[in-house]
This record gives sequence, C-alpha cells and structure tokens, in this order.
Amino acid sequence: MKLYLKYNINVSFKRILQDKFNKMGVEYDLASLNEVDIKKEISPEDFKQLNMELNEYGIEIVENQKNALVQKIKDTIMEMIYIEEKLPTEKISSYLGEKLNHSYSYIANLFSAETYTTIENFIIFQKIEYAKQLMIAEGLTLTEVAYRLNYSSTAHLSAQFKKTTGLTASVFQRIIAKRHESLEKVEEMI
Amino acid sequence: MKNAPIHILLADDDADDRMIFRDAFEELKMKTYVQTVNDGVELMNYLNTDDAKLPHVLFLDLNMPLKNGLQCLEEIRKSKKLRELSVAIYSTSSSEANIEETFIKGANIYIKKPTEFATLKKVLSEVMAINWQYQTSGLNKETFMLSI
Repeated sequence: MKLYLKYNINVSFKRILQDKFNKMGVEYDLASLNEVDIKKEISPEDFKQLNMELNEYGIEIVENQKNALVQKIKDTIMEMIYIEEKLPTEKISSYLGEKLNHSYSYIANLFSAETYTTIENFIIFQKIEYAKQLMIAEGLTLTEVAYRLNYSSTAHLSAQFKKTTGLTASVFQRIIAKRHESLEKVEEMI
Repeated sequence: MKNAPIHILLADDDADDRMIFRDAFEELKMKTYVQTVNDGVELMNYLNTDDAKLPHVLFLDLNMPLKNGLQCLEEIRKSKKLRELSVAIYSTSSSEANIEETFIKGANIYIKKPTEFATLKKVLSEVMAINWQYQTSGLNKETFMLSI
C-alpha cells in the first residue's frame, strides 16, 4: 500500500516552532515565516539548545548568530580602545582573529556585510570618538591624546581627526566651547 | 541589524534638488524610506504633530523661504521631543564661518551640496554610514560632527 501525502508547509512550520518554543518556555510572536520576535532575552545556553532542536528539522537561527558575532567584534574593538587603552602590539587582524576564534577574513567580510562600514573604518571612527571625549571631558591636549591612543605622532592623529570628521581638532573644540557658552546664556536668561 | 529601512526626511524648497536627492538614495544599496517636505514651515508642522514618525536623519536646506534651515535647527534643538534628532545641513554654501555657526547651533552634519551626481551618492552613503554608527553604538550625540 502506498500513501500519498500533501503538505501544508505553513502549518508544519508553525507547529514545529510552537512545540520547540513552548518546550523551552520561550514566549514568542511569529513576525513572518522566517522571523520570530522573542519577548524576553534568552540565555546563551537556552539559545544553543533551541538552535540544536530546530536544526533537527533543518531550521537554523541565522540572523541572531551573525548579529551576536558582529556585536562581539564591536565589543572587542571597543575594549581594545577604551579599556586596555592601547592597541595590541601584534597586528589587529591577528588579534581579532585570535580573540574571536574565526579567521580575520571571515570576521571582516561579515562585519562589512552586516554594518555599513569596514572594521578598519570602525576602529578609526571609534578612536576619534574617544579622542573627542578625552579632549572635552578630561581636557587633554591633542599631543596627550595621541600618546594615550598610541598614535605614532600628534600630526597623525590630527590628520586622522580631520579626515574622519571634516573638521580640525581645534575647530571642533571651539564649537563645543561656544555651544556651552550659548547654553549658559540661555540658562542665565531663565 | 540593517534590515529595517532607514527613514530619511529632506526639507528643501528646490524641486530639482529634491528629485536628485531621491534618485541618489534609490541608487544606493541601502534600504531607505525618503520623505520630503518643501519648506521649513511644512517641516516643523510635520515634526510637531503628535504622531509624527521621526526620521533617523533630517536633511535640512539652509536657504528656504518662510522659515530657513537655521531657524528650524534652533527650534529642533530647543524642543524636548526633537532634541535628539540627527540633523544634516544640506547647503550650497561652503563658507567656513557658515559651517561653524551651524555646528554651534547644534547641527551634526554639514554637507556641501555636490554638483556631480556620483559625488552626491558617495557623500550620502558616507553620511549614512556614520549616522548609523551613532545610532547603533550608543555614542555621545553631543560630539557627533561631520563636515563633508
């Protein structure tokens, strides 16, 4: 005897998700067939378990994994700039590759595909942001900032600042100072 | 991550400039929703309606009749609701003094309107990339300044 089957993929798919998410006690909304909104954050362990269970049905959680790795790349770079306060002595590419346990080319390609920028530009951008903070909040001079952020020279930092923001560091500082002045004036009026 | 369309609002009284601006974004590989208004009054009326969807970036022409870009910028920075908007000045003027003044008044970006279409595309894509960084990395908006 042969049985002939007809599938409603839609229903099957929804049913699988329902079973798996309920089993894990995860509240969810089906945004579309390949997009699920999760009400609460789930722990990395639960996430792994869920992904494993879904894999049995040929379903893979894609976006979140990528997002998670992109976030990790960002975090690692920020840590490198802000916390350790000096860039590693080895090449950044090998440093990131080692820390994140992927080849650098994979990391770099993923990063460019998922964000609007490249890793190199992201690093420069973040360093310049930090330079701004150091100048404004801590009142460091450009030379002090260059030293702190491991630039080879003040001129190098100054050129990168101009290239990244379109403004020279001194014009930037003047604008911030004048903004504060006009704020104070408004406050005096009140 | 970059899947939701980016909402862009342009206030410019020049119909040709509005069209070129839209064309440029259409050719960029970026999911965007471009909305335009024709002058500063229309802009502020829109932004001040209760249920107005606020854009991710506002492009503001400086020379507009009725209410110019600088006046709009000042109103925006004084408004509790609008204060955090990313504002890009989009102007034909490239005088350094002008540029500095708009930054002091709270602009985040100053774009000298390029005459070449290819340059415009390049500039807009750079602007969007940087704005995206500020949006997603929780950076201090106060120091967000880009002159391009």
